[in-house]
Amino acid sequence: MTLLRTLFKTKGEAISFAAFAFLILLVLPLALPVFRLNLVGKYLSYGFVAVGLVLLWGRCGILSLGQGVFFGLGGYCMAMFLKLEASDPVTTAIQSTPGIPDFMDWNQVTALPGFWEPFKSLWFTAGAVFVVPGMIAFLIGWAMFRRRVGGVYFAIITQAMALILSLGIDGNQGYTGGRNGITDLRTLWGWDIRSEDAQFKLYFCCCLLLLAVCLLGKYVINTRFGRVLMAVRDQEERVRFSGYDVAMIRTFVFTVAAMMAGLGGALFVLQVGFMSPSLIGIVPSIELVIFAAVGGRLSVVGAVLGCLLVNAGKSAFSEAYPDLWLYLMGGTFIAVVMFFPDGLAGLFGKPSGAGAKLTKFLSKFRPSLMGAAVTPTQITPLNK
Amino acid sequence: MKKTNLITRLLAVATLATAATAGAAGPPTATVNTTGLAVTDDTVTVGQLHSATGTMAISETGSIQAEQLAIDQINAAGGVLGRQIKVIKEDGASDWPTFAEKAKKLLVSDKVGTVFGCWTSASRKAVLPVFEKENGMLYYPTFYEGLEQSKNVIYTGQEATQQILAGIDWIAKEKKAKTFYLVGSDYIWPRTSMKIARKHIENVLKGKVVGEEFYALGSTSFGSLINKIKLKKPDVIYAAVVGGSNVSFYKQLAAAGISGAKQTLLTISVTEDEVLGIGGENLTGFYSSMKYFQSLKNPNNGDFVAAFKAKYGASSVIGDVTQAGYLGPWLWKAAVEKAGSFDIDKIAAASPGIELKTAPEGYVKLHPNHHLWSKLRIGQWQKDGQAKVLYESELIEPNPFPKGYQ
Repeated sequence: MTLLRTLFKTKGEAISFAAFAFLILLVLPLALPVFRLNLVGKYLSYGFVAVGLVLLWGRCGILSLGQGVFFGLGGYCMAMFLKLEASDPVTTAIQSTPGIPDFMDWNQVTALPGFWEPFKSLWFTAGAVFVVPGMIAFLIGWAMFRRRVGGVYFAIITQAMALILSLGIDGNQGYTGGRNGITDLRTLWGWDIRSEDAQFKLYFCCCLLLLAVCLLGKYVINTRFGRVLMAVRDQEERVRFSGYDVAMIRTFVFTVAAMMAGLGGALFVLQVGFMSPSLIGIVPSIELVIFAAVGGRLSVVGAVLGCLLVNAGKSAFSEAYPDLWLYLMGGTFIAVVMFFPDGLAGLFGKPSGAGAKLTKFLSKFRPSLMGAAVTPTQITPLNK
Repeated sequence: MKKTNLITRLLAVATLATAATAGAAGPPTATVNTTGLAVTDDTVTVGQLHSATGTMAISETGSIQAEQLAIDQINAAGGVLGRQIKVIKEDGASDWPTFAEKAKKLLVSDKVGTVFGCWTSASRKAVLPVFEKENGMLYYPTFYEGLEQSKNVIYTGQEATQQILAGIDWIAKEKKAKTFYLVGSDYIWPRTSMKIARKHIENVLKGKVVGEEFYALGSTSFGSLINKIKLKKPDVIYAAVVGGSNVSFYKQLAAAGISGAKQTLLTISVTEDEVLGIGGENLTGFYSSMKYFQSLKNPNNGDFVAAFKAKYGASSVIGDVTQAGYLGPWLWKAAVEKAGSFDIDKIAAASPGIELKTAPEGYVKLHPNHHLWSKLRIGQWQKDGQAKVLYESELIEPNPFPKGYQ
């Protein structure tokens, strides 16, 4: 009971979470053919990043424009395992060196590079999906936050990180698959992940893990630690003077968000069947932030729904209006940012409706998208 | 503008007229479509999957237009097996996962008869497993690195050896060239192309590669490269720089005084489309090796260029890939008619040996490895952005897995 109360502070929160679980576990699988369900699964894998962003950006005020890096690292770890399994000496007999991934052969690499070796093990891979992104986030976060780099400067550094990694992968195509990425992934321990049956099961796997990550996110937010996070966001100096180690708190949240993103990347690869650097550069990293912003950067369920809605909108608009869809998406983003600064989730749980928000917006012109923006309602609990 | 409208309208009228008469002429649907594709008694639905938005849109627009032109012409002439072609357009948005998603949508939800699409190697690699698993057919228009062959893809562009070997032979003979400087963008196509070029230069021509460098896609600063070139003084610069980098590369060469009058440069990545961005004056005198140039003099090409300009405006230009895109629908039509069926397996089996005598590039024939026999031509760029064709090879056999070059 106490755990439940920690997870859901209000009845509304519990209801919205239950409704979300009902939607992805029951309504969508019944309503959609497997092909569409697989797409929903792909959108939901971005949801892992969004939950991380809610903690990191919404709650702790750190805007990271490089979450694609961690999503990508998790994805690449998984893709390396699957690629090795798809490259057995029999199926690759046509190559000059059978038994290594095809792109290595095209690049005159004649032996499997050392850092690929451990990815022959699924257990190592399953660990690496969390540990690799987590470790890199910890190192970068610790180095930055200890020197009190924050705000816009931190956002720029994360962007640079995204650029460096995507260039690094591009430039070492013999070892990474380069711009084409790692493609043609087939089986997981002999289980054909491309079959409809597998995609159906993977979808549920993705949903359950996502719900677990959402609960974890809610737990962090609603405990005392969550309060400290908000305090770091709103009054950093006061927290520091109270004896908290602000740098460590930030590094911890950054690392947790990175590990969540890594898990999302791995599930993305399992459901989509390939990984490429186009998913980890600057643009996709910013897109991930937009998903969270549209849904609501303060609400876990809101941010995940944002991923679902934006991507479903992208697919639907681009199928219906192949020439116009970008304008429609752009228009939607502008509308959301202007009228619902807390994202779509901001429509619920507050007394003011959309109409009131609109008037409020017109009278105030308050900044809304940067991490530092603070609304009066968010400060109140701290002053109590 | 008015003229274009009139022609489009005439075309539409002709299409309607033939549609009305052709409906009854085709063989019954049950016999030509045994696998549940989107074929009715009077229509067949196909997919078109290119980037209409994003960084690749500028390159892929030509292919989209050429494929549409070919489909309009086929419809006006009575369609395929008496059926009018309907097109579902999807936007890959220069994003590889999107390409995979849309390919799956076209094959699984829309059950299209075939797909014309993709441009970059990365997008093709992303959709290939989808086409193989769902058993679809893809007509792929771009010259590419080879090392691939699939029952589910027809490659209407050149694989690497078709575009490279004869071109290097020609330049070596014509310019008595012994030393080469290789430069390209950093991804699979330039890397593979340069590997083949190097082996050919060193092993066959007994020449020397004095430098080989790759720049990240989108890279715009070539100052250090130009210094090295000035130092090494190669007989030939052999270039495969693509996209936005292309414009900077040639403008910086021109600014450094390296012009067609003083330096031999042969490229495999500049077509009429790229010249629009680079500017003819920056390229004057440099050479491209391609299978097609807009300025080719033959009756097929005359008709093609006229029809293209009538539809898309007099200022539009046609590059190598645009022409290869135009071949796709015609090759598919020929395969369907030869097989007497829209079934993918039957089209794949019927494709080898198909000839197209009406191709703007002259004559092409499909090899059992699903690539085209084609000629290699060397064009020298002129100030007006068109190429003067100086050399034309014999038909070259496609060889996507070249022995001795891997």
